[in-house]
Amino acid sequence: VNDVLPPGLSPLDSIEAVEAGLHQFGYIANRQISTAIYIAHHLQKPILVEGPAGVGKTELAKSVAAWMDLPLIRMQCYEGLDESKALYEWKYGKQLLYTQILKDKINSVIGQEDDLTAALEKLHGFGDVFFSHQFLEPRPLLKSLQEPRGAVLLIDEIDKSDQEFEAFLLEILSDYQVTIPEIGSVQAIVPPIVLLTSNSTRDLGDALKRRCLHLHIGFPDDKLEAKIIASRVPQIEARLLKQIVSFVQQLRAMDLKKVPSVSETIDWAKVLLLLHTAVLDVDLVRDTLNVLLKFEADIEAAGKQLAGMTHKAQAEAGLA
Amino acid sequence: VTTAASEPLRRFLQVARGAGLRVSAAEGIDAAKALDLVGYHDRAVLKDTLALLLAKTPEEKMLYDDAFELYFQRNEFAEPDDAENPGLDADANAGDGAANESGGGDGSAADGGGSGNAQGNGSGSGQSNASALAQMLMRDDRAALATAMEQAARDAGLENIRFFTQKNLYARRILERMGLRPLERDIEAMRREATPQGLGRAQFLEGKIEALRDSVRDFVERSLILYARGETEKFREELLKSARLSNLERRDLDRMRVLVRQMAKKMAARYAKPRRRRLRGHLDTRRTIRRNMPWGGIPFITVWKQKRIEKPRVMVLCDVSGSVAAMAQFLLMFMYAVNEALSDIRSFAFAGSLTEVSDILEKYPVEDATAQIMATIGYGSSNYGNSFADFADGWMKDVTNKTTVIILGDARGNRTDPRTEIIRELSDRCKRIIWLNPEHRSAWGTGDSDMFRYAPFCNLVTVCNTLRHLERVISDILQDAT
Repeated sequence: VNDVLPPGLSPLDSIEAVEAGLHQFGYIANRQISTAIYIAHHLQKPILVEGPAGVGKTELAKSVAAWMDLPLIRMQCYEGLDESKALYEWKYGKQLLYTQILKDKINSVIGQEDDLTAALEKLHGFGDVFFSHQFLEPRPLLKSLQEPRGAVLLIDEIDKSDQEFEAFLLEILSDYQVTIPEIGSVQAIVPPIVLLTSNSTRDLGDALKRRCLHLHIGFPDDKLEAKIIASRVPQIEARLLKQIVSFVQQLRAMDLKKVPSVSETIDWAKVLLLLHTAVLDVDLVRDTLNVLLKFEADIEAAGKQLAGMTHKAQAEAGLA
Repeated sequence: VTTAASEPLRRFLQVARGAGLRVSAAEGIDAAKALDLVGYHDRAVLKDTLALLLAKTPEEKMLYDDAFELYFQRNEFAEPDDAENPGLDADANAGDGAANESGGGDGSAADGGGSGNAQGNGSGSGQSNASALAQMLMRDDRAALATAMEQAARDAGLENIRFFTQKNLYARRILERMGLRPLERDIEAMRREATPQGLGRAQFLEGKIEALRDSVRDFVERSLILYARGETEKFREELLKSARLSNLERRDLDRMRVLVRQMAKKMAARYAKPRRRRLRGHLDTRRTIRRNMPWGGIPFITVWKQKRIEKPRVMVLCDVSGSVAAMAQFLLMFMYAVNEALSDIRSFAFAGSLTEVSDILEKYPVEDATAQIMATIGYGSSNYGNSFADFADGWMKDVTNKTTVIILGDARGNRTDPRTEIIRELSDRCKRIIWLNPEHRSAWGTGDSDMFRYAPFCNLVTVCNTLRHLERVISDILQDAT
C-alpha cells in the first residue's frame, strides 16, 4: 500500500504518523484510536469499534479512507441482510439474454454433429460461461476484495444484522477471501482495512470478536472535545467553544435518557455560529436545546438547571 | 518471536486469564506479533495495544486495566521496601554499628568464615546459594535480591498459585530456593563459635532475613491477587448461584444483583432474536412471482413461507409476604431484565390482597421499586383466596390463550379459603400456569400449605429457591416460545 500513496501523506510507519495523518483530515484521534489503526494495518486484522452513538465511529472509517486515499466501501447492516445483498448476485437479466443468444447460435455451433453424444462433447468444450465473473454483480464485500489498490471496508452497525450473517462474515474477516460456490474462492488483491462498528444492541459472538481488534470509543474529555469541534467548525471563537464544551460536559454528567453525542455538539456549535452568538445565555440555550437533547423528558429535566449550568460554563470560559 | 521477549507476555497472559479475561491461544499469538511491532519501551502504547487484542467487552476492559496495572508495576524491592527500610537500616545500625562501619574488611572476613563452614557441612548445591544470599543481604543489594526472588518464584511455579491457603507453602518454597536454609545453618554456626564479630554478623543477618521473609510474603500475596482473583471470583459466583435466596447475606446482595442481570442478559440475547423462521419447502407462490417480476416472472429467486414466532406474554403473581419476599425480589428483577425477550409482561404483588405493580417496576430501578412495593403491601400475612379473587375481578379479562401465568409463593394462606375455582378458571383461559414454590417438596401440603389443592390446575409446579432454579424455569418459558 505504501508505495502507491502520494508523497506527503505519510504511510503507516508509526503511531504518531497515524495520529498526524488523521488530524490532517479533520479527525482528532486519541492515542488508543491511532494505535488501533496502526496495529490493524500491520497485523492485517479488522477492527471492531464499539461505543455510544455519535462518537465518530463511522467518521473514523471515512477519515482513514480519505487519508490513505483509498475508496471507502460502506455496508450498512440490518435485520435480514443476506449474501445476495452483501457479497454478490448473479446478473439474471444478462444471463437470460445470454441463454436467448445461445439458443439462436446453438445450431450453427453444434449443427454439424449428427448424434447427441458428440454434440454434448462439443458443448462441454465451450466452458461454463453462465456462472462466471462476467455475470457476477459484486456487492460491497466482494467489491472491497477486488479493488486493485485496496480499500477501506466499513461494516456499519454489525449488531443489527442476524447471527447467521455474522458467521458468514468470519471467512472474509480472517482470510480476506470469500467463497462463491459456482466459481470458487476469491482472494483479496490487496487486503482491505476493515472496520466494523457496533452500538452493542446485542452481544456479538465470540468467534467474531476473537478475529478482531476491539476498540472502544467513549465520549471524549473536555480538551479532546474542544479540539474536535475546533477542527470541525474552524470559524468558532475560542471563548464560545469553551462554553459549549463545558455546557455539554455538564449535560453528560446528568442522568438523561440519551446524553448528547459529539456529533450533536458539533451541530450545536454550528447553530450557535449561525446565530452569531458570543456568549451563552439561558434563553438562547433553552431555544436551541433541542439540538442537543432528543427526548422531551430530557429537555424538561435539563430545563430546571439551565441557569446554573450556563453560569458555570461562562465562568469556566473566564466570563461572568 | 524471541522467547526472551515473549516471556513477560506469556506470564501476563496467564495473569489476564486469572483475572477472568477469556484469552484464546490465537489472541495470544496476535499479541506477541503486535508487541514485536510496538515494543515494550512505551508503557501507554503497550497498554493500549494489549487492550485492543485481549479485552473485548467493557467488563473485560475494566478487568484488563486492573490486571495490567498490577502486573506491570511490580518492582519488588524498589518501592515497597523503600518505605519500610529506613526503620530496618536504623535497627541494623543500632545493633552493630561497628560491623557496618568497617564494611569492607568485615565482609571479606565473614566470607571466608562462610565458605569454611559450608565446606564443613559439605552441602554442595546449597553452598553457592547461601553465600550469594549472604552477600546480597550484607551488601543490601536490592536489585539482586529482587532478581533472585523472581527467579526463585519462577522455579517454585508461583504462577500456579490458586488459593490463599497456599500462601505459606509458596513463600517457604521461594525462600528455600533462594538458599535460606544453608544460610541459617551458617548463622547457627556463627552463634556457636561466639566470636564477637560472628555474633554481630549473625544478628545483622537475622534482621535482614526477617525483612526478606516479609517481602517474600508480600510478593506471594500480590501474586495470589494477580493470578487467582478471577478464579476466586468465579468460585464465589458459583456458590451464590446455588445458594438459597432466602439465606443470602446482606453483603452478597449487590453481587447477586449483578449476577441476575448477567444471567438475564445472556438469556435475552439468546431468545430475543428469531421472530421469524423460514419454512424450507413451503414455497410462497404469491411473493415469489412478485419478487421475480423484473425477469418476466421466471422464478430465479424463490421466496419461502415464513412462520412468525410470537413472543411470550407473561403475567407474574408474586407473594410478597415476609417468608418469600427475597425470592420475589429476584424473580421480578429477573423478569424485567429479560424484558427484551418478552413482548408483554405484567406483574402483580400480593399478600392480603393483590395489586398490579408493573408501573412501579417500569419507572424505578428494581431496588427502589421492590422497597416501594414492600412498603405498600408487603409483610402482611398472606391470603391466597382473597388475592386470587382480586385478580379475577380486575385482570382475568386480560388473560388470553397466549398468556403464561407464573405464580410465586409458598401457597400458605393461613387457613383461609384457597378459592381453587379461580385457579381452575384461570387454567382454562391461559396457555399455562407455572407455580414456583420456594419451599422444599417435602413441606408441601403440611400445616396450612394448600399446594396440593392448587397443583392439579398448574401445568408445572416446581421448587425454586436458588438463582440457578430461576434461570432454568425462565429459560424453559422462553424456549417454548421459539
